[in-house]
Amino acid sequence: MEHKFKPEQMTKKYFTPWVIVLAAIALNGLAFLAMRFFFGIGSVTNLNNQFPWGIWIGLDVGAGVALAAGGFTTAALGHIMHRDKYEVIIRPALLTAMLGYTFVAMGVFVDIGRWYYIWHPLIMWNGNSALFEVGICVMIYVSVLYIEFLPIVTERFIGRVNLPGFLNRFNLLVDGLLRKLDRGLDKTMFIFIIAGVVLSCLHQSSLGTLMIIAGPKMHPLWQTPVLPLLFLLSAFSVGFPMVIMESITASKSFGLKPETDVLSSLSKFVAPLLGIYLAFKIGDMFIRETFVYLAEFNSTTILFGIELVVGVIIPLRMFLSEEVRNSVPGLYIASMLVIFGVVMNRFNNFVTAYNPPYATESYFPSIGEISVTLGFVALEILIYRLFVKIFPIISVPLKNVGLKAKYAIRGGLK
Amino acid sequence: MSQNRREFLKTFAAIGATAATLTAVTPKVTKGKSTRPLSPNRKGVLVDTTVCIGCGKCEWACKTAHDIEPGSINDYNTKLTDNSQRRPSENALTVVNQIDISNANSGKIKLQCMHCEHPACESACIVGAITKQENGAVTWDTDKCIGCRYCMVACPFQIPAFEYHKALDPKIVKCDFCINRTTEGKLPACVEICPVGTLTYGTRDELVIEAKRRIGKDPDKYFNQVFGEYEVGGTSWLYLADKNLVDGVFPKLGTNPAPGVSESIQHGLFAYFVPPVALYALLGGVMWLSKNKEKNEGGH
Ligand code: SF4
Ligand code: SF4
Ligand code: SF4
Repeated sequence: MEHKFKPEQMTKKYFTPWVIVLAAIALNGLAFLAMRFFFGIGSVTNLNNQFPWGIWIGLDVGAGVALAAGGFTTAALGHIMHRDKYEVIIRPALLTAMLGYTFVAMGVFVDIGRWYYIWHPLIMWNGNSALFEVGICVMIYVSVLYIEFLPIVTERFIGRVNLPGFLNRFNLLVDGLLRKLDRGLDKTMFIFIIAGVVLSCLHQSSLGTLMIIAGPKMHPLWQTPVLPLLFLLSAFSVGFPMVIMESITASKSFGLKPETDVLSSLSKFVAPLLGIYLAFKIGDMFIRETFVYLAEFNSTTILFGIELVVGVIIPLRMFLSEEVRNSVPGLYIASMLVIFGVVMNRFNNFVTAYNPPYATESYFPSIGEISVTLGFVALEILIYRLFVKIFPIISVPLKNVGLKAKYAIRGGLK
Repeated sequence: MSQNRREFLKTFAAIGATAATLTAVTPKVTKGKSTRPLSPNRKGVLVDTTVCIGCGKCEWACKTAHDIEPGSINDYNTKLTDNSQRRPSENALTVVNQIDISNANSGKIKLQCMHCEHPACESACIVGAITKQENGAVTWDTDKCIGCRYCMVACPFQIPAFEYHKALDPKIVKCDFCINRTTEGKLPACVEICPVGTLTYGTRDELVIEAKRRIGKDPDKYFNQVFGEYEVGGTSWLYLADKNLVDGVFPKLGTNPAPGVSESIQHGLFAYFVPPVALYALLGGVMWLSKNKEKNEGGH
């Protein structure tokens, strides 16, 4: 039995009680952000000369990049390996990646002391710096994501251009331009799709290289020369769970039936990917004999344990079970755990593991830092909701389709 | 379906294996900046902590030379007795501490940027705002810095400080080896003012010889180590003391340049852009193959 799906604009009304709550969280974050810009980073964060990086880097950037991995993993699956079945999830994943990376860029923008110089890495290069690599790759990748999104915009407006007021004399012209753009994109899109996957592999791993230079300042449970590989593998494994989680959430919120069929096939990839990650993580621990640190019982080892057991091993077991993979709540919980595990891992790498030599007290994020981080998440969800109302992103089952009719995704490689 | 999956996994495994090989194998072949030749005339300072009386005049002189409000020069010797390990900060590029905080008679030690031979801060800086100068000084460029604070994450001695409370133009602040003074032929301000000769300014290679001469002449007085000769690949500032400074004052560090591992991984992943291009080609190939397969199977 094959369902026919077609991406459509959501018609449900925008405001719900949840949306109001999210808006409040977002506003609270923005208020603290305003303080940061008027009075400096020190006025809202607990950062100091010992702890230069906090959750704005660890979560907003570190975890943000990882959680946007759904974009390139689904692009690889749907476009590069041509598993057509998964086309229904490509658009939501693309939108999440696009918004996710936009917010990563915002996270960097508010965290760096001299935000007005954020463009400097474009012309001032330091090839030795892992951060430079991450910065450049993310900048290019954001642009690629916007390009990948363009076909959805053209699809939305072709034949429906209706400019307000006297501008409407340009309707035809704009429509023509859109059609031209659409045709051009259709021919070249595969270049961007492959580039997106390559760029993702590069900066997902370089993000792992970042903390290596901190050397002995970083706890040996996390500090390892294979960090780039671990970051890449964990990004691979969190991509699909992110897509599954979002898809289920969106279906619930817009009153659609979850695409259980597609999601449970997708979930079959998760266990192998998680397994490879776990194997490398444990293998590395044994090669470097860092398991000796687990004999100590303190907050660091507890956090390591939670990351590994709750965030990797339990969901791995869950994704191996067919029962879980075929049930919506099962999928949802297992996916949430993987996401939690990767968020924990990034937090641990950038915050928990970092032990500066002269710290007199340890770092804990301030109310301001937490507010901004939560505010960004809330804002991202709000924009996502807005976008799925404006653009055809989420697929709905087609009624009255002809036997031969197949849904078509514009812009993908046909 | 299971057919598809097997193939997917195969392809994915291929990608994984490629990435793994890239990360694991190439680093050894390529060399980072950390091995570039250094000028034989680069300067350094030998700090003989057994001579220091803790008067704090160097702190005062340093502030004066860097437009930081210094206060009265006579207030400085009392700062030592507040029993805390002070750290160089945005308000003081150098500080003098008791080596053993609980013992007022212990040696005194002046701390500042070590001016590493292969600085982690320089390697890390996203825009190349930090430079190891020919004369040994590690300097920071306000026209480039974006304030990301990665240099602070990287520095093994936790030296660079940041002006967290400035909304506009916050600076990375650290000892600049008085580069403005030394280019004019003057001594660094701290070296010039020291009344007892704790600080010796000179060519680094000669300072190492001098330090060893002192140890040889008076082996009972000195702990047998010139701190900074080999640590993190060597530093321009060198220390002599009557005890081991490691773990009490300085962190325990290896002798490899701090940026070594990260630079070789970085250059391995990007060796002449071969790995990214290879990955691009690989993915292009997979895309083309799976597209063709689809055609052959009648478009399913
Ligand atoms: S001590 Fe730190 S700040 Fe100074 S040169 Fe070395 S790495 Fe850079
Ligand atoms: S804070 Fe400035 S000097 Fe330090 S790494 Fe960032 S850009 Fe470079
Ligand atoms: S060399 Fe200059 S900047 Fe460095 S501690 Fe001495 S006086 Fe201060």
